[in-house]
Amino acid sequence: MSGQATLKEAGLTALLSMVLALPLIGLETVEEQGGLTLDTRLLWVLLIGAAVFAGRLGLIAWRSRKTVGTSTAAARRASALGETMHGIMPWIAGAAILFAVIMPFLPFANRTVVDLATLVLIYVMLGWGLNIVVGLAGLLDLGYVAFYAIGAYSFAMLAMHADFTFWMALPFAGLFACAFGVILGFPVLRLRGDYLAIVTLGFGEMIRIILLNWYHVTGGPDGISGIPRPGLFGLEFTRNGDPAFHEFFGLEYSSMYRLMFLYYLILILALITNWVTLRLRRLPIGRAWEALREDEIASRALGLNPTAVKLSAFAIGAMFGGFAGAFFATRQGFISPESFTFIESAIILAIVVLGGMGSQVGVVIAAVIMIGLPEWFRELQEYRMLLFGAGMVVIMVLRPRGLLSKRNPTIRLHAKKAGAMR
Amino acid sequence: MSEPLLDVRGVETFYGNIQALHGVDLTINKGEIVTLIGANGAGKSTLLMTICGTPRARSGTIRFEGEDITNAETFTIVRRGIAQSPEGRRIFPKMTVLENLQLGAITAPEARFQDNLDAAFTLFPRLAERRTQRGGTLSGGEQQMLAIARALMSDPKLLLLDEPSLGLAPIIVRQIFDAIRTINQQRGMTVFLVEQNAFHALRLAHRGYVMVNGVITLSGSGQDLLSNPEVRAAYLEGGH
Repeated sequence: MSGQATLKEAGLTALLSMVLALPLIGLETVEEQGGLTLDTRLLWVLLIGAAVFAGRLGLIAWRSRKTVGTSTAAARRASALGETMHGIMPWIAGAAILFAVIMPFLPFANRTVVDLATLVLIYVMLGWGLNIVVGLAGLLDLGYVAFYAIGAYSFAMLAMHADFTFWMALPFAGLFACAFGVILGFPVLRLRGDYLAIVTLGFGEMIRIILLNWYHVTGGPDGISGIPRPGLFGLEFTRNGDPAFHEFFGLEYSSMYRLMFLYYLILILALITNWVTLRLRRLPIGRAWEALREDEIASRALGLNPTAVKLSAFAIGAMFGGFAGAFFATRQGFISPESFTFIESAIILAIVVLGGMGSQVGVVIAAVIMIGLPEWFRELQEYRMLLFGAGMVVIMVLRPRGLLSKRNPTIRLHAKKAGAMR
Repeated sequence: MSEPLLDVRGVETFYGNIQALHGVDLTINKGEIVTLIGANGAGKSTLLMTICGTPRARSGTIRFEGEDITNAETFTIVRRGIAQSPEGRRIFPKMTVLENLQLGAITAPEARFQDNLDAAFTLFPRLAERRTQRGGTLSGGEQQMLAIARALMSDPKLLLLDEPSLGLAPIIVRQIFDAIRTINQQRGMTVFLVEQNAFHALRLAHRGYVMVNGVITLSGSGQDLLSNPEVRAAYLEGGH
């Protein structure tokens, strides 16, 4: 790009940002006697224009540097990086799991950290569950939170009306979510792309509105409170539990134990989700999901029944959403339809897309970025959302196809002996 | 000869209101290579796709091994033993050669996998060399080989090939056609070959059909059609 064109583009971008900034930042309401008056902050607008101008110049420079080398060389570098990543990925994953296991015992792990890590892990699990639907089977689901809600309400109502404990209710929560996945999937899976996305979006809203209005069953906007906490083989994490966890092990009572227990619980649930997904990918069913995502016509020509294949992905994805929902209910002790709005679906989908569709490690990184960082930087108040937005822009510029977008083959060299169909 | 393997009777296929096939009759016997030649847009691929059930025939019947499959779902037709290498190859570009072949075998019994894989690699040694390479990085000829090998992985009784020579260099076309002859002669595979490359197709095939505007206008042995003046004038003059 010539110098003049560069300046022109940067100038245009700066101008655009200043137009946007004029009402958003340039005007300030000031309280005075008798009401509000407007104050102008034109200097701020100019500063923003200058910052955008510099930023755009930097971006153009960075991009031209990247395209100086031939594109094939760049591609080779990228694929070499991919190969290296491929080689060390199991080690990174192993180290991450090890870290996750010992994390609550590390010196910096206080209540906040463990609680935040639990929250992140819920989203990791949801991301892995949705990854089956979106990443592997390629079905854009904008209403995933509905299955999360069904899992949460299944457990809450089973506990309220039938005295189910968490462990008894967990399979049912998954089962109900799975059943709803099939019920929704059956009529709509003939739709594709945008149309499927709209129907799933509608389904997510329907579930939320039903929960909100079916007052005598779900409690409506009041939600359900007093949801029982989970126990460890009957041991309760309360001061006067019978039997109580701390007494059984001869420890001082601390509410920290329950937080740690919840943390390990979601860690195990999430790892099970991951393990099942990785196994399924190697089975014919997982390969069928990916084939259908790549080319539906070719898949049909190979004898795959598209409806059955899509339905299985939808149902299994929904099931993990249901498990996560049951955990969410038991962790919070209180649920209401407000926890299951569309923004939740959007966040989970963003985690999957940012992580690089179909990448399991990518989901973890994206969940940490999407959930962990905004919570961590809560002290920055409203600026954290600004940083969050900037982070999203950076990811879209640097890694437009997701953080880890390289697809690993389901079979490696020499996999023949180990049974190539496994 | 007993009952034909595939029997197409009076098939009419429509795309919306546009009729693509006007009462097509065609039979394929076990162990034969049958080719269907014709110009662009004659309806050759439509017939092949109609056999597979997308689109469905509006009238007429298609029988495979004596059973009516006219209204069956595509995947059940494929599971009965009709495999196809579709037009434009349609391999899975992001998956490796081996994964593509595994997908081809997804309807076949698992015990047959290793045998079929070995057979595919014997037929196309190039694929064995590139087994861990992604489908999208193969050359056009290799992709065509992969598409045929993938179709063969399901142990089909009938192999449908849609323009396997499309866009390939003459030397690769010869390799592909040699491979088709090999699977027919060595394994007794029945092959239905849709081609624009009339010369090669008719030399390879036992019998051939000529389609013009959705109607079969000529049929006969490959040799007869090769020497037929009409066929020569329409499809073979001007070198090959």
